Amino acid sequence: MTFHITVDGRPVPVVPGQSIGAALHAAGVRSWRTTRFGGRPRGLFCGIGVCFDCLISVNGRPPERACLLEAEPGDEVTTA
Amino acid sequence: MTGAPYDLVVVGGGPAGVAGALTAALAGLRVALLDSGARLGGQYFRHAAVPEREPGLDRFLLQARLLDGRADVLTRHQVWNVSREPGGDLTVHALTRDSSGERPVTLRARRLLIATGAHDRPLPFPGWDLPGVLTAGGAQALLKGGGVLAGRRVVISGTGPFLLPVASGLARAGAAVLGVYEANGGLGLARHPLLALGKAGEAAAYAAALARHRVPYRTRHAVIAAHGEREVEAVTVARLDPDWNVLSTRIVGCDTLAVGYGFVPQIELGTQLGCETRGDPDGSPVLRVDAAQRTSVPGVWAAGEPTGVAGWRQAEVEGRIAGRAIVGEARPIARRGPDGVLLRRRRQWRAFGEALQRAYPVRPGWQSWLRDDTLVCRCEEVPLARVREALELGATDARSVKLLARPGMGWCQGRVCGYAVSCLAGEAPRPPRRPVAQPVTLGALAEAAPEDSPDEAAQ
Ligand SMILES: Cc1cc2nc3c(=O)[nH]c(=O)nc-3n(C[C@H](O)[C@H](O)[C@H](O)COP(=O)(O)OP(=O)(O)OC[C@H]3O[C@@H](n4cnc5c(N)ncnc54)[C@H](O)[C@@H]3O)c2cc1C
Ligand code: FES
Repeated sequence: MTFHITVDGRPVPVVPGQSIGAALHAAGVRSWRTTRFGGRPRGLFCGIGVCFDCLISVNGRPPERACLLEAEPGDEVTTA
Repeated sequence: MTGAPYDLVVVGGGPAGVAGALTAALAGLRVALLDSGARLGGQYFRHAAVPEREPGLDRFLLQARLLDGRADVLTRHQVWNVSREPGGDLTVHALTRDSSGERPVTLRARRLLIATGAHDRPLPFPGWDLPGVLTAGGAQALLKGGGVLAGRRVVISGTGPFLLPVASGLARAGAAVLGVYEANGGLGLARHPLLALGKAGEAAAYAAALARHRVPYRTRHAVIAAHGEREVEAVTVARLDPDWNVLSTRIVGCDTLAVGYGFVPQIELGTQLGCETRGDPDGSPVLRVDAAQRTSVPGVWAAGEPTGVAGWRQAEVEGRIAGRAIVGEARPIARRGPDGVLLRRRRQWRAFGEALQRAYPVRPGWQSWLRDDTLVCRCEEVPLARVREALELGATDARSVKLLARPGMGWCQGRVCGYAVSCLAGEAPRPPRRPVAQPVTLGALAEAAPEDSPDEAAQ
């Protein structure tokens, strides 16, 4: 049974238990923020919470690691 | 903080931590186990979405089931510091999150078992910060934890036997694996050291999977650059000499690159407490332990990758040995001698791990792959030129490079670039000096001090 989250207003399907990062990656969204200095796109790199490349803001909260954060029905994320 | 201290707090719910916790809990000790993940399993048994069964998984799941109810298993709890109280007990500081946000949890412990595993060791190269470039472990974690293919057309590069399960996993799950490029070993898959080391079954299974999916395996080759605008679109594959200097190159189109050059044991909880370290054959600092897995600090044990990278079987064996020793110390009456079978297995798997580390070293030629503008530190976006400048200004080691050019000062605290910066500064990697094992918000730090009962946390 999949549910949906929204990414910039677009629905993205999630398999229960998936992280936000895994769900985005599966939907072909592979970058969701830009770096402070170079403005370079970033998404998943280490996949296990070590590198902090995957920071993302969910439901307006401060940025968290997308690779660790389990997606919940109705989560809204915005990409940069 | 209220309540009696736990007899044992275990940090890490992979094979090492679960085995240690279960051994102690079965002997009647009051045990808590914390893991930052949503489920037990660690990096090998993260089984949420695995389509196929890993060897050893059934056994691990049984251990995890037995542990449930016999110990307080706190998943989604990230430990960021362990400190020693004046009375001698240990205080374990963790953060957990629930619907209302992040919340600090503090546990008291008479003994600590550090079973925090390892993370990938990447090397920098031009374009390694492009989306679509992942660590080999990251690609594996996506597949095993999330059931997601890292990409459709994948290139795999780096060094070490870990590239093989990553490649065969992706190929079996339907990705086109365009090539596995192993920077070491001129011998090829048929003479892979896994075969020589008596893991013929495992190596043969990987080799068969790669052959079935027509995945080319090339030794003395590596990806030395990734290209693309907003994502990786192609990579430069180089043929290498034994020191990893480039002999020739060609371009391979792909949508994903997975890279890994070994592992970095996560030892900061130990170094925070003052545990002694030693260098593993591959140069990684690891915690020094005695025959009973005791570190140099009383009351603190370590098992699994933090004592040296040697695979999940060794992790479980070390966890069990630590568990027995901890029981012996907590219940002198119940003390039994060391288990000869476990000790023999530990010796064998340690030798195996060390032999693999020696067979797959990182060679200095990778530094010639970098350009002036190649980022060495991804977090602070420090290019090679700034690291070189710091060295020319008189920095003589990684610490002074860091002070001058800021590599390793960002969110990841140097976990990703630390090894590369040490190599560029011409020294062996040093043990981490991170006061917090995980970055935490200032608010959470401020809240961490008072009142959190372990029993409440266990609910
Ligand atoms: C990303 C990755 C993928 C891997 N995939 C495979 C594979 O497919 N096949 C294979 O043979 N080997 C794989 N390995 C190697 C394998 O992980 C190890 O051989 C084995 O897992 C070691 O077991 P362990 O118990 O020492 O550590 P782990 O299994 O890594 O367990 C450590 C646990 O500690 C937790 N932890 C760490 N720090 C903290 C903290 N501060 N607070 C709370 N919890 C913490 C982690 O979340 C983790 O669950 C992989 C390694 C990595 C890094
Ligand atoms: S991908 Fe590295 S922290 Fe999430």
